[in-house]
Amino acid sequence: MRIALFSTCIVDAMYPRVARATVEILERLGHEVVFPPGQTCCSQMHVNSGYLDDAHAIVKNHVKAFSSWDYDVAVAPSASCVVSLQHQQPMVCRRAGDEALAEAAEEVAGRTFELSKLLIDVLGVTDAAAQLGSYFPETVTFHSSCHGMRHMKLGSRQSDLVRTVEGVQFTELPGLEECCGFGGTFSFKNADTSGAMVDSKIRNIERTGARVCAGGDVSCLMNIGGALSREQIPVSTLHFAQILASTRENRLQVSGPVALAETGRGRA
Amino acid sequence: MSTVSLGMPGIRAYGSGNIIAAESFPDRAPRELANPTLRGNLDMAMHKIRTKRAIVVGEKDDWQQLRTAGSEIKQNVLANLPELLERFEAEFTARGGHVHWARDADEANRIVLDLIRAEGVTEVNKIKSMATQETGLNEHLEEHGITAIETDLAEAIVQLGHDTPSHILVPAIHRNRTEVRDIFRREIPGVSPDLSDDPAELAEASRVRLREMFFRNRVAISGANFGIAETGTLTIVESEGNGRMCLTMPDTLITLMGIEKVLPTFADLEVFLQLLPRSSTGERMNPYTSMWSGVTPGDGPQNLHVILLDNGRTEVLRDEVGRQALHCIRCSACLNVCPVFEKTGGHAYGSVYPGPIGAILSPQLTGIHAGKNSSLPYASSLCGACYDVCPVKINIPEVLVHLRAEDVDAKHGKAEDAPGGAKPARRSAPDQMDAIMLAAKAMFASGTRMGLAERGLPAGKLVAGRDQVISTLPGLIGGWTKYRDIDAPPSEAFRHWWKKNRPKADRRRPDGTAVDVLALIEENRGAAQRLHERFTGADGQGPSSADPAPEDGGAAAEGGAPSAPAVDDRGEDGDLYSRLLAVEREQIQREEATGRTLADYARGTEQDGEA
Repeated sequence: MRIALFSTCIVDAMYPRVARATVEILERLGHEVVFPPGQTCCSQMHVNSGYLDDAHAIVKNHVKAFSSWDYDVAVAPSASCVVSLQHQQPMVCRRAGDEALAEAAEEVAGRTFELSKLLIDVLGVTDAAAQLGSYFPETVTFHSSCHGMRHMKLGSRQSDLVRTVEGVQFTELPGLEECCGFGGTFSFKNADTSGAMVDSKIRNIERTGARVCAGGDVSCLMNIGGALSREQIPVSTLHFAQILASTRENRLQVSGPVALAETGRGRA
Repeated sequence: MSTVSLGMPGIRAYGSGNIIAAESFPDRAPRELANPTLRGNLDMAMHKIRTKRAIVVGEKDDWQQLRTAGSEIKQNVLANLPELLERFEAEFTARGGHVHWARDADEANRIVLDLIRAEGVTEVNKIKSMATQETGLNEHLEEHGITAIETDLAEAIVQLGHDTPSHILVPAIHRNRTEVRDIFRREIPGVSPDLSDDPAELAEASRVRLREMFFRNRVAISGANFGIAETGTLTIVESEGNGRMCLTMPDTLITLMGIEKVLPTFADLEVFLQLLPRSSTGERMNPYTSMWSGVTPGDGPQNLHVILLDNGRTEVLRDEVGRQALHCIRCSACLNVCPVFEKTGGHAYGSVYPGPIGAILSPQLTGIHAGKNSSLPYASSLCGACYDVCPVKINIPEVLVHLRAEDVDAKHGKAEDAPGGAKPARRSAPDQMDAIMLAAKAMFASGTRMGLAERGLPAGKLVAGRDQVISTLPGLIGGWTKYRDIDAPPSEAFRHWWKKNRPKADRRRPDGTAVDVLALIEENRGAAQRLHERFTGADGQGPSSADPAPEDGGAAAEGGAPSAPAVDDRGEDGDLYSRLLAVEREQIQREEATGRTLADYARGTEQDGEA
């Protein structure tokens, strides 16, 4: 299968390890991964901030970047960005009176899958240890991001996959249905409220006793990891793709509060 | 009046009253957040009520169909509002009642005042009512020498405490029982100085006080949950019975009802009397449902009035996206699940309609630039919990984004002429947010430009210094580093790594072979469910010792990931909390796609075919 990777802007620019892990998993399964180079962002930041006119140009870019390539499905290591393609992009175009682009956006979005959904529902991966050789001997809890859980009805697909990784000791996160407080520009426009929300989240994470908090959206993980780092709580945040990509031979080393990123406190 | 009718010019555009925030949400919230008692009260109450709701909703197999029915009935109401209201007026009048129409809060308050004055009394009883909170009726009556006694227990606590309500359903949710005891000791004449904070004792103190009012006062004021057009029936749903006393004991009953509360037929109550109690109090059925259709000689109030209130509702109806806010039946489920409300409480919203519904309703009723109401649509992380629980399917996140766009457009001088003659907002000077968005747009409009910008990432590493963590950021985005660090950027963006490490691919596959993705999906149908059951058991009761061993006994068996339950330190609420986890886990179950196209699968099902 030929799979087009939509890395998402934040993974591309801030957390490239997550995109590399995604590529690694898909290539391990024998698929060809391509990266349409014109891609940037899904436009969600602009849409959610009310800048819908500006979002139009970004949608146009995304649609052009992906419709000019030939692939079977596209994948993104983010439910939030995929939901934005599916629900926001057509709305942005229609609001701008651009019906042709709305339909083209729907076409691209209709072939773009969130990673766990692609793995389970399309590629039939239900046992990461057996099918991907995934190995990660750590205590892990999991934050289910709102957009995957609610808009996409992913349920526990992501964490279920993590639980099939050899060596993972899994602990359910209390308050798993509660938002971490990120919310894009909400995180700084309503900084105090957002800060109170992420504080509840990290206290719940702490209660699990896990060393790793995994998730499926780096935006939430950046928020959670940033708060864990500030409070000096020794829990690392990781994208589940990184855990699936980890093997006995090439084991992911976790050594600090923000293992999601290349570097960080505790890894110097 | 000597004005000439030109369609609807007589209708004032926007609403007024206690729905205009005097302070912006980000300015007000920190004060609420800094109150540890409030935080504790809310955390406890929110989780309890959330749990109760989740459990009773989980019992209903047809909950989603009920939500759809509720939503569609309300859409029908909004599409036929004039006819339904006139029908209601005709039926209510035919049964001996009097109907009044109020364009806004002031007009409604004046009508009520006149009706009370006509009865020659200075004290009236009141049933808890959002419409009268909205118009500020109590304050208006007070100014004119009339005391309105709130008879709902929580509303009475608020009134006795010289406080304002913070929640639609539980207006005193910000108070704990010790605070209530102190208010009662201070404010109820003749109450024992030894009154304890035992809920039964507190309730008794309130009961004794209110009983006297019920016997004494001849006029009562109510809101209405529903008004049935075909029969002219008004309906009140409540838990305490104090409402029933107000509705049956006085001679004169005056009801203030928002125009969107009308329902076409009596049979429509079947849907809403299931949706409302389960969504609001987490009860299968509310204890008291009172209905009255006109005057019954010798039984109950003989002088019946209803005031039909617009106060901006017609304006909301004009907005194709925003009008769904008028579906609201004031259940408050959205408040109860809202992680923002849970932290700040209701006062931070500055309107009698707090929480997610308030964040879309208040600015729509008043126009987005009234007071600080334009800050309300931003008071949300867009997590979507409100939409999930809304019994009438108000897509609150969608409306929030819509209102943010309206705000930004107005700021940029792009707003269409405001209705009702109000001038569109003037273009304001670009602010920091504009600058951030402009820069981001320039970068995101082209992959080449983004690639160039990402060449600058290593500079961020330098800024981050030795520990590679950034702890302070300037300006508006400094809000981020107030509570969090941010990782240093990587030395190389993914796109640059990719270019170096993968051969250049052709846009088109040479052989043009495409995989039948739909066939693959068909092949893997049920895989997500089977995987899930491996960790929960087929009953969905959550991870437990019942974790079945993997079937194949292969490598996965070793990694068979036993699940440790998280430590529950919530004391007596722990059990309830565990049940919530189980119910929530069940509710957020993955859904199998049922669609026909690839897009249906990629998107996940939109259950019951909602558009």
